[in-house]
Amino acid sequence: MIFSLLREALRAMASNRMRTFLTMLGLVIGVGAVVLMLAIGQGAQTLVKQAIESLGSNLFIVFPGSSSAGGVRSGSGGASTLTVFDAQAIAELPSVAGAAPLYSGSAQVVYAGANWNTRITGVTPSYFEVRGWRVEQGYALADGDVRAMARIAMLGQTVVRQLFGDESPVGKTIRIKNAPYTVVGTLAAKGQSYDGNDQDDTVLVPLTTAQRKLFGASFPDSVRYILVQTHSDAVMESAERSMTALLRERHRLPPGTEPDFMIRNLSAAADVQAQTTEVMSIMLGAVASISLVVGGIGIMNIMLVSVTERTREIGIRMAVGARRTDVLLQFLLEALVVSVLGCLIGVVLGVGCAYLVAQTAGTVVVVTLTSVLLAFLVAAAVGVFFGFYPARKASLLKPIEALRYQ
Amino acid sequence: MAATDTPTHAVVRVQGVHKQYETDAGPQPVLQDVSLSVTQGEFVALMGPSGSGKTTLMNILGCLDTPTAGRYWLDGQDTTALDSDRLARLRNRFIGFVFQGFNLLARVSLLDNVALPLLYAGVGRAQRRARAAQLLKRVGLERYADYMPNQISGGQQQRVAIARALANTPKLLLADEPTGNLDSHTGRDIMVLFGELNREAQLTVILVTHEQDIARFANRLVNFIDGRIAYDGPTQEYVPHSELAHT
Repeated sequence: MIFSLLREALRAMASNRMRTFLTMLGLVIGVGAVVLMLAIGQGAQTLVKQAIESLGSNLFIVFPGSSSAGGVRSGSGGASTLTVFDAQAIAELPSVAGAAPLYSGSAQVVYAGANWNTRITGVTPSYFEVRGWRVEQGYALADGDVRAMARIAMLGQTVVRQLFGDESPVGKTIRIKNAPYTVVGTLAAKGQSYDGNDQDDTVLVPLTTAQRKLFGASFPDSVRYILVQTHSDAVMESAERSMTALLRERHRLPPGTEPDFMIRNLSAAADVQAQTTEVMSIMLGAVASISLVVGGIGIMNIMLVSVTERTREIGIRMAVGARRTDVLLQFLLEALVVSVLGCLIGVVLGVGCAYLVAQTAGTVVVVTLTSVLLAFLVAAAVGVFFGFYPARKASLLKPIEALRYQ
Repeated sequence: MAATDTPTHAVVRVQGVHKQYETDAGPQPVLQDVSLSVTQGEFVALMGPSGSGKTTLMNILGCLDTPTAGRYWLDGQDTTALDSDRLARLRNRFIGFVFQGFNLLARVSLLDNVALPLLYAGVGRAQRRARAAQLLKRVGLERYADYMPNQISGGQQQRVAIARALANTPKLLLADEPTGNLDSHTGRDIMVLFGELNREAQLTVILVTHEQDIARFANRLVNFIDGRIAYDGPTQEYVPHSELAHT
């Protein structure tokens, strides 16, 4: 019976293609918009997620406080109150997985005829673990290199491209501030950080080399900042408290005074970014959903016209024995078939447009099965919801009046 | 009590039926105290001028409309208290309709038009098509099964409508001015077909017409004037008012 009624619905649709097409159009556009918007939103979320993952997880950054010379205060990080030994002490804390002291600055890097200004960062081997950064070629600098103040360097992919092009840099000698450095390895590509910096535009050297040979730190063991990684997201707060306590004790700060260091939770900042994109993608979806509802109202409009137009047909069907439920079901099925077909076309259109956007705008779009299913189900529900009223109206016609209708 | 009053051989039994329509000028009576009994195998013509109530009675007999007062038994079953689903079922199983304007579904093939009542009777598709083909053959239109209604003549359309009316082998065939849209020659052919069906299958036929020539095909004639039955008897003995005036 259902199949016969479905056949009737399909026949009714096929017999008036223009009307069927117009009915569908609203839903096609609605579903297409939802799929496209969700794809763009998901794409943005994916980008942010990748950027956050490239940063490393559960990270703190510890800066020295500001220095003051003759009343002029520097910004944070201006003082040289943090040392390698602070980093070592932090690394001993139970909630801390690793602490990487860094000393960085900018310098011109020269190889053969090419030169490039980039960030030079002095690091210890723990840096690779904390950042989750892999070595692409060659090997990573080791504790021995740090102790020996070796003139060696590791290059980020951007620097490799700028100085070496297609040539392999491992084993070559570059010059930084007119001193020769041997390239021992290159770093795997990391891409953009969540705040938009090119993380691959960097050169790593042993920490001691940066402190004493390249940038001449005011105190031999002072560092610019310390990256700290905790064991898990759950211990972030307790780790911050114990670090504060530890550093206050090490720096012999009396209770109640301003600390001479600053701890920033990098993961929290990244979380805010992630939440922002999530809200944006929900908003995009919500706006697109409105067009879905408008599409549903379109279905109701045309179905109502269709019921009036086919009053006589309904009368004939009732005269030969159609019950109210049969008529209701027939019109409901028509609405459902129109919605489902409209959805299918809409999904295809939405996915197509998403890839077009990805191609032309060069952004990442992600079409997930969930978003497609969601749009599909909502549209089908919209079809039934808005198809019900006209179908009920048709089923409540009195047979004798329907038959007389001209 | 009522059951003993109701002979089972009566396909149609109407008792004390009133029908009035509510209009802006107050209630308008259309049928007044109409009682009628039709047994199986009868061929009855309902006659009368327009507005006399013959079509209204036809609609009540066809379970398309309900009387304001009075009772109607179809094949021994009291229809007065039935809900719309039961009435639909009665229309489907016991009654076949033939209308003046044919009332075929416009965008549906002749075969599927004939099969429509079978769809609502829950018959499977293959059986529906077989039965519809058989009925089209009975009315001599088997070659046109896949045609659309607008591709054939009016007389042919009315034959298709008759085939559709016969789909569920009804007890009662109701025809409302079936020749009204046809020329007299084609109309006569249709009436011959009704006569055949009446004789061959003992099918009860009730026909509404205002044409004397058409009414002659029936055995029994019921004449309506102002919502009341003015004559109910054999067709041959009926003398119309116009002819009375001449004598």
